[in-house]
Amino acid sequence: MKSQTLHILSNEWKTLLRGKWVIGYGLIFLMLTDSLLRFGGGGAEALLSLSNVMLLFIPLVGMIYGILYIYQSREFVELLLTQPIDRKVLYWGLFLGISTPLMAAFIIGSMLPLGWHGILILDGSASAMVLGLGGILTLIFVSLGFVLGLKFYDDRIKGFGFTIVIWLFMAILYDGLVLMLVFTFGHYPLERFVIAVSMLNPIDLARIMVMLEFDISALMGYTGAVFSRFFGSNLGIFTAGGMLAIWLAVPTWLGLRVFKQKDF
Amino acid sequence: MKFTISISGIIGFLLISFGTAHGQITVSPNGPVTSIQQAIEMSEPGGNIEVKPGTYFENNIEITKPLTITGENFPVIDGEHEGTVLVIRADSVTVKGFEIKNTGRSYIRDYAAILIDQAKDFLVENNRLDNVFFGIYLAETERGTVKNNTIESYDRREASSGNGIHLWNVKNPEIIGNTVQGMRDGIYLEFAEDARIHGNFSHKNNRYGLHYMFSNGGTYYDNVFRDNGAGVAVMYSENVDMKNNLFEHNWGSSSYGLLLKDMRHSTIEGNRFYRNTVAIYSESSSNLKIHRNDIELNGWAVNIKSSSARNYFTENNFIENSFDVRTDSPRNNNVFEGNYWSNYEGYDLDRDGIGDVPYRPVSHFSIIIDRQPESLILMRSMFIRLLDMAERIMPVLTPQTLIDEQPKMQRIQ
Repeated sequence: MKSQTLHILSNEWKTLLRGKWVIGYGLIFLMLTDSLLRFGGGGAEALLSLSNVMLLFIPLVGMIYGILYIYQSREFVELLLTQPIDRKVLYWGLFLGISTPLMAAFIIGSMLPLGWHGILILDGSASAMVLGLGGILTLIFVSLGFVLGLKFYDDRIKGFGFTIVIWLFMAILYDGLVLMLVFTFGHYPLERFVIAVSMLNPIDLARIMVMLEFDISALMGYTGAVFSRFFGSNLGIFTAGGMLAIWLAVPTWLGLRVFKQKDF
Repeated sequence: MKFTISISGIIGFLLISFGTAHGQITVSPNGPVTSIQQAIEMSEPGGNIEVKPGTYFENNIEITKPLTITGENFPVIDGEHEGTVLVIRADSVTVKGFEIKNTGRSYIRDYAAILIDQAKDFLVENNRLDNVFFGIYLAETERGTVKNNTIESYDRREASSGNGIHLWNVKNPEIIGNTVQGMRDGIYLEFAEDARIHGNFSHKNNRYGLHYMFSNGGTYYDNVFRDNGAGVAVMYSENVDMKNNLFEHNWGSSSYGLLLKDMRHSTIEGNRFYRNTVAIYSESSSNLKIHRNDIELNGWAVNIKSSSARNYFTENNFIENSFDVRTDSPRNNNVFEGNYWSNYEGYDLDRDGIGDVPYRPVSHFSIIIDRQPESLILMRSMFIRLLDMAERIMPVLTPQTLIDEQPKMQRIQ
């Protein structure tokens, strides 16, 4: 069973590399990070710019890539399904086969310039945080793309439409809604609520972790007790990390369930 | 006075003729002279006292004549938690190489390890002070140097701890290369004229690393202030020069890298502010030159109250601070010019190194935060970025005149 998964995995990787898509994606991050470091100044500056790009584009690219893959390799998947292969094995093979190269492209593409400019050593923890978050976001959003692709298997327009809307909502509109709520209910104690709401969006979670790394000195300026406890101790980073793990598990599991029950 | 000096001189002479040579007296735990106080009384003015290693349980040791007292291998003077340990009441006294510990503690009296009271030209060097209430206390002194001492104490409460180096009503003191830790204020100055505070390391103090009150004309260069309860406060003074200091890791809702209050005609140059909640806070200060500082990764780089006027922020590097400038008024009486702002997004078409669009350091988001602090959790989100961008194009809420007309494109080296 394991060998079957690996077999599918390696096959996927070969196809992806032949397509050169992933390499281009990695190169984009390589050039971006390098130019940020070359022209932008110090490590913190470059890492923050990189994390901004990461927070905005990785979710979009991940989802589009996931859904596109489901649509494009329809024949291949259906062919494999006729073989005596467990659906679970097939799913893991397909999912990891396309998400891990994408993840690797981002991590390696950004890590190389960080390495040769010496930032990996200077700002080790911050670099690791940005790269790791990018990797996790890739996994989360590829699996979301899978779920959408499987749900709207025959209606591609709808599938892509949902992808764009979900991305727009999570990356931009969600924070607008939070801000609106904060201003509407400004007279109530909102700290717990605001933290809870932010935990429901994986992009916000990743953003909060970036914030904990770079803006902790500003966060400590806030006087509220709940925020101080949340941001001031390790509680914040553990909660956000835990929630990210849940966010990783739920869409993957959902995709697996849909894939298992689907009548192709 | 003259009479007592001559008497003690005679006694000293007599005693010295009993066994000490060249005006030098040696104190050791098992020698003929076992107490420092006794040696001081024996010594003639201008004499030398050498103290051998060991522990001496003495307090309120008074030095009333010019003397040099040197400890060999850091002999310990234990004050047994009572009163001040060493009091210098004469000019030209040198105290070197002691470990002094356990002074008295009091809510009424300022007991210190070393008190220098109405003396001139003293030198206190290479001493280690441990578990003391006040460390080195200078009262009404003139000139004199406090150099390379280490002061540490363990009371974490602000109200019941004392200051590391305390200066009150002094002239021309030199405070050089000392390390202070765990006190109330690391270095405290009140009515100190022309103080020179250079190369000190003040960290983990309960309140301020350096606290400067009513002290005109001083300089402080090359000091490091790290992780103090409330950073550094410089208040009610003028003509103070602050150069090449490092202010870092001062965190908390009322913690500042550098707090300026009622300061006038002073220069803040070449300092580095790194990861403080607020790097520079200014209230009722005027005519300050804030030039060529590195202000990096702070919560707020500058928090300037509208009571501050005619301050010049020029050629500073503002790098990835969560917020660049915060102010409480739509009007602006200060000048920001020729700084480098890492958050600047303008362009430079004529390639002269200066951005063609002015930079507005007060962001829309910082005004949102002031109104609704919970929205802090949205920092660096795309939505907030869009709001900021819109505000920069069409300013409505941010101060119209608080702008840098000539933002630099490159970091200033």
